[in-house]
Amino acid sequence: MSKLISEKTKEVFLGPLSKNNPITVQVLGICSALAVTSKLEPALVMGISVTIIVAFSNVIISLIRNTIPNRIRIIVQLVVVAALVTVVSEILKAYAYDVSVQLSVYIGLIITNCILMGRLEAFAMSNKPWESFVDGLGNGFGYAWILVAVAFVRELLGSGSLLGFKVIPQSVYDAGYMNNGLMMMPPMALIIVACIIWIHRARNKDLQEK
Amino acid sequence: MNALKKLVDKVKPNFQKGGKLEKFHSVFDGFETFLFVPNTTSKHGTHIHDAIDSKRTMVMVIIALLPALFFGMYNTGYQHFLAIGQQVSFIDTFIYGFLSVLPLIIVAYGVGLGIEFIVAQIKGHEIQEGFLVSGMLIPLIIPIDTPLWMVAVATAFAVIFAKEVFGGTGMNIFNVALVTRAFLFFAYPTFMSGDTVWVRTADTFGIGSGTIVDGYSGATVLGQVATAATEQVKLLNTIGNPIGFIDGFLGFIPGSIGETSTLAILIGAFILLITRIASWKTMFSVFAGGALMALIFNMWGPDTAAAHFPWYNHLVFGGFAFGAVFMATDPVTSARTETGKWIYGALIGAMAIIIRVLNPGYPEGMMLAILLMNIFAPLIDYYVVDANIKRRLKRAKTN
Repeated sequence: MSKLISEKTKEVFLGPLSKNNPITVQVLGICSALAVTSKLEPALVMGISVTIIVAFSNVIISLIRNTIPNRIRIIVQLVVVAALVTVVSEILKAYAYDVSVQLSVYIGLIITNCILMGRLEAFAMSNKPWESFVDGLGNGFGYAWILVAVAFVRELLGSGSLLGFKVIPQSVYDAGYMNNGLMMMPPMALIIVACIIWIHRARNKDLQEK
Repeated sequence: MNALKKLVDKVKPNFQKGGKLEKFHSVFDGFETFLFVPNTTSKHGTHIHDAIDSKRTMVMVIIALLPALFFGMYNTGYQHFLAIGQQVSFIDTFIYGFLSVLPLIIVAYGVGLGIEFIVAQIKGHEIQEGFLVSGMLIPLIIPIDTPLWMVAVATAFAVIFAKEVFGGTGMNIFNVALVTRAFLFFAYPTFMSGDTVWVRTADTFGIGSGTIVDGYSGATVLGQVATAATEQVKLLNTIGNPIGFIDGFLGFIPGSIGETSTLAILIGAFILLITRIASWKTMFSVFAGGALMALIFNMWGPDTAAAHFPWYNHLVFGGFAFGAVFMATDPVTSARTETGKWIYGALIGAMAIIIRVLNPGYPEGMMLAILLMNIFAPLIDYYVVDANIKRRLKRAKTN
């Protein structure tokens, strides 16, 4: 068991959650972070989908990494990712149709998500399956928690609800409060991501560029 | 004045190093230099010294804004009493407007200066005076009925995200007052557009209560033009009487507080130009670009009321004149090269008219046009300077 959670594996898992976060530090996967975060539910589903896909494609690529010819490795990676994306997309259509309609093309576009190709190229191609799996989970969660944080702020201030439930009481609206329409637009997602990066760097001085 | 100076000198030691209130030295500095010209000069390096510093520039802009502000206050009262069908004296009209506008000014200044003071305190800077003008512009470019908490939220957003994150006064890319308005416009569209927000029909602190007369409509002229079904639109004022160019020029029409009277704005423009604070090139080219674009639409535009709205009317209705005089000439966000000012101004005018005519969702295009050109100002400057370098290199080679 000690081998399973060695120091390195722990670092591989925890790094992407904060110090090496795919969105706030590497600034990858911004597109989908802007597109699916106007409500909490699609953001949550998107985060889980990406986590599953990145973890399992990491495992698969890592298992066959020694047999992939170097010159066609990108194509092989794409085939693996595309297969997993199709599976996830079909499952969503079967069991969570409403959410899959809301996410529309963005589930399919996970294929082009920079985080996936980045992890496959940078990690899975040169590491063992178990570590690759942990790395995929770490990056997926790192991506998901930013999405959920952004969606939380946007849904709370933009619609006054969380996961579709009204959380701001009617009496507040009666007193003159209004939902912020700008929160429902993509630019505000960019500003909220920027705020998260701002706070993150203020707390981790070693991340600040000179 | 002497007594004031004595008082300032008396409390000064408290704020200097080792004093009780050392922490608040930036606040004190801000007030002291606001009241008196500092008697120190720089001792090192080469400096070009001008008699006018940025604090006094700002004060001059505030003075130039006063005609528009006072007219806006009077017009707020005038439109109100027109809407409820009461005849009241000039003084009562003005007092009603004054009391309606004053809370907006207080909130804009309170929130904006509060954030500036806090940031100056955290960073150990001196307090920057840039908000002096923005705080006055904000109430002038919003509808009278904007709820105060919205003004506070939008002002805070604009000061933090359009100004402080870029490094404070003089470093901002976008005009802070316009970012405030854009935030309100996109976040709370029901309070920033439509027919019901431009004229205050409720009473203010118990003054001027009454019921709305028949035939009342609070639509702005540009709103009427945007929603008109026919090519020729008959412009009406608040109680349904026909109006024309001269009403737009004098400004007794519904609209944002400071933007309605082109005459009051032109008085402000005169003050800015005679003191050489604003660039006449920018101002002139905004009007020229707008007039030209409107003329083109008048002749070859699509068959809509907005396209066939006479070009001279485009210049006096809506926020066009206010934007041209007070927003486009903002020295921080506009182009800085002399040739660049011509291009920058003309494109603002043209863009504003294009947005008005071709996008039915936005009856008024001035805000978006200026914000858009704010982005391009550095690019324009870059190419103007680049062209100048190339021209001179060529000249040097031929000789």
